[in-house]
Amino acid sequence: MSNTITSGAPAKPSIDFDWKPLLLVPLLAMLALPLIGSPSTWLTLTVAGLAMGMIIFVIASGLTLVFGLMDVLNFGHGVFIALGAFVATTVLGVMPGWAASPELWRNLIAVFAAMLVAMAVAGAVGLAFERVLVRPVYGQHLKQILITMGGMIIGEELIKVIWGPQQIPLMLPEGLRGAVIVGDAAIEKFRLLAVLLGGLVFVALAWVLTRTKIGLLVRAGVENGEMVESLGYRIRRLFIAVFVVGSALAGTGGVMWGLYQQTVTPQMGAQVNILIFIVIIIGGLGSTGGALIGALLVGLMANYTGFLAPKVALFSNIALMVAILLWRPRGVYPVANR
Amino acid sequence: MTLNRLLSDDLPRSKILTAILLTLFVLLALAPFIAPGVNALSVAAKILIFIVLVASFDLLLGYTGIVSFAHTMFFGIGAYGVAIACSRWGATWLNLGLGIATALVLSVLLALAIGLFSLRVRAIFFAMITLAIASAFQTLASQLSEITGGEDGLNFSLPDMLASGYMYVEQPIFGVSISGRFVTYYILFAAALAMVLALLRIVNSPFGRVLQAIRENEFRAEAIGYRVVMYRTISSVLSALFATMAGVMLALWLRYNGPDTSLSFEIMLDVLLIVVIGGMGTIYGSVIGAVLFVVAQSYLQDLLKLGSDAASGLPWLAALLSPDRWLLWLGVLFVLSVYYFPNGIVGRLRNRAAGL
Repeated sequence: MSNTITSGAPAKPSIDFDWKPLLLVPLLAMLALPLIGSPSTWLTLTVAGLAMGMIIFVIASGLTLVFGLMDVLNFGHGVFIALGAFVATTVLGVMPGWAASPELWRNLIAVFAAMLVAMAVAGAVGLAFERVLVRPVYGQHLKQILITMGGMIIGEELIKVIWGPQQIPLMLPEGLRGAVIVGDAAIEKFRLLAVLLGGLVFVALAWVLTRTKIGLLVRAGVENGEMVESLGYRIRRLFIAVFVVGSALAGTGGVMWGLYQQTVTPQMGAQVNILIFIVIIIGGLGSTGGALIGALLVGLMANYTGFLAPKVALFSNIALMVAILLWRPRGVYPVANR
Repeated sequence: MTLNRLLSDDLPRSKILTAILLTLFVLLALAPFIAPGVNALSVAAKILIFIVLVASFDLLLGYTGIVSFAHTMFFGIGAYGVAIACSRWGATWLNLGLGIATALVLSVLLALAIGLFSLRVRAIFFAMITLAIASAFQTLASQLSEITGGEDGLNFSLPDMLASGYMYVEQPIFGVSISGRFVTYYILFAAALAMVLALLRIVNSPFGRVLQAIRENEFRAEAIGYRVVMYRTISSVLSALFATMAGVMLALWLRYNGPDTSLSFEIMLDVLLIVVIGGMGTIYGSVIGAVLFVVAQSYLQDLLKLGSDAASGLPWLAALLSPDRWLLWLGVLFVLSVYYFPNGIVGRLRNRAAGL
């Protein structure tokens, strides 16, 4: 430290990075190891948890940004998850040659095509959702909760009208089935792909948010929307863009979730929605980094307790949330002003 | 004067509303004589149960301004309290009372824990956290099948004096046999009436005024010196207690309870819809809303079936109008009423009477 002062160079303002929450994820994984006992089972569960966490993060990132930027609590976010997954069944259904082909690259193209279409459809529906349902109830939390909940029901029922109320199998393409053996542990290939894709989404989001002008505006909007408006930027347009991107991400996440579970049901949106709420509360409403940590914690917790004590698995995530909120009442990375 | 006191000075304030309420009161009071059939009486009992359930939710949503999605959880606790006590310990009055007491205590503890925890941090968390807890509770209830009977639920019998075979009078009066069923209906009626009056008393008390102040402007209420968290928590505990009693009424009438009859999310949506249609922040709205909804629920599906048959030439329209999709139309109705009808029926009638 003293070197920089004596050399006379202007000291760079050090960024006060809050690293403590980052430690939570390895801490939880380490705590689980002695409880589970066998290291190979632990490795399998950990990878499964990370994969689940990454998928949840892809879904939750949009919701937390929408809340942070515009103070809109969207209870209808789950609809885009189910929509994405159902679109994927249709897309994979029309290209059976590619999905069933033994070559991995054809499989990957099929999956990516499904994700792109799901993204586009979910984004377009998100645009309509924002225009019709969210816009008229700005700044009224009570009505927002009621209206978006109504939107969720309508969306779920429309999915039942289009694809039918029964659950549909969503098979993984040939090349992505099966597992890689590491030591004694079997790690499913798709879970690795999910971790990879989730990581990509996080990096892309982090890059846009910290390195581009749009990202700067979004972050400034989260901190203080009025100030951004007074500087002449149309925060409304920014908000619509974030809402559409958030919906599209939920659609993509829905495809991944469907492939992870291998079946899709119209009710899946409502189920995942509950996990996502827990995630964004843990992360701090409005924080992308917090959402990542929350998602990983929830994913790991769900897999560990699912193995150790299946009956309490449901309450484990709620307990996790309670514990975190007792430590940091506004979530691990609280965002200013809200 | 006495009527004024009984209604806690909160009169309907509209001639039409008064007329409707009086008609409903007379109809419900004489239901066993007007419609002695089993189905018709069940509809009337369902209306009574929903009136209490919705009025208790109105205390939370309409008067305190917080959204809870765990209201059916307390409804379910009440129903399970009676069901478990009567099926596991035997059908005596003592066990029935014990079951109700246990359910009430459990509801208070849960509501207190949820309220103190989530309202202390941020009121907006309340909706999300109650949603998560309610769904976990519902799954738990169907998983603990040794206690709750799982997905199948519990069939149980009540003390003999409430059984439909038990006759109080040999000869029917006005063509109605005075059976245990008849007595049960009037127990429900008296309970519903007492609880609606109690809720009117609560919302018109100084405590209720503070709740409304918090609803209108939380910051200002805090600044005047009211402890917002405490008031909100007490309101949620009270509302949970009344919901538990509604669950007890449900179990007394059905002699059956399972996850779908008392805990399902659809009931939560019904409650939301009734509150909005009837009028938020007016206990009377729950009466009118519940009657409208329960009656409409029975006919909406028939109506949809007619529409679906008529549209059989257009498959997509027929699919939209299929009776299985009635939740879709309920959702549309819900969204439209939040937009265009925020004061509900009671609010409209009162505005009309006030010349607005």
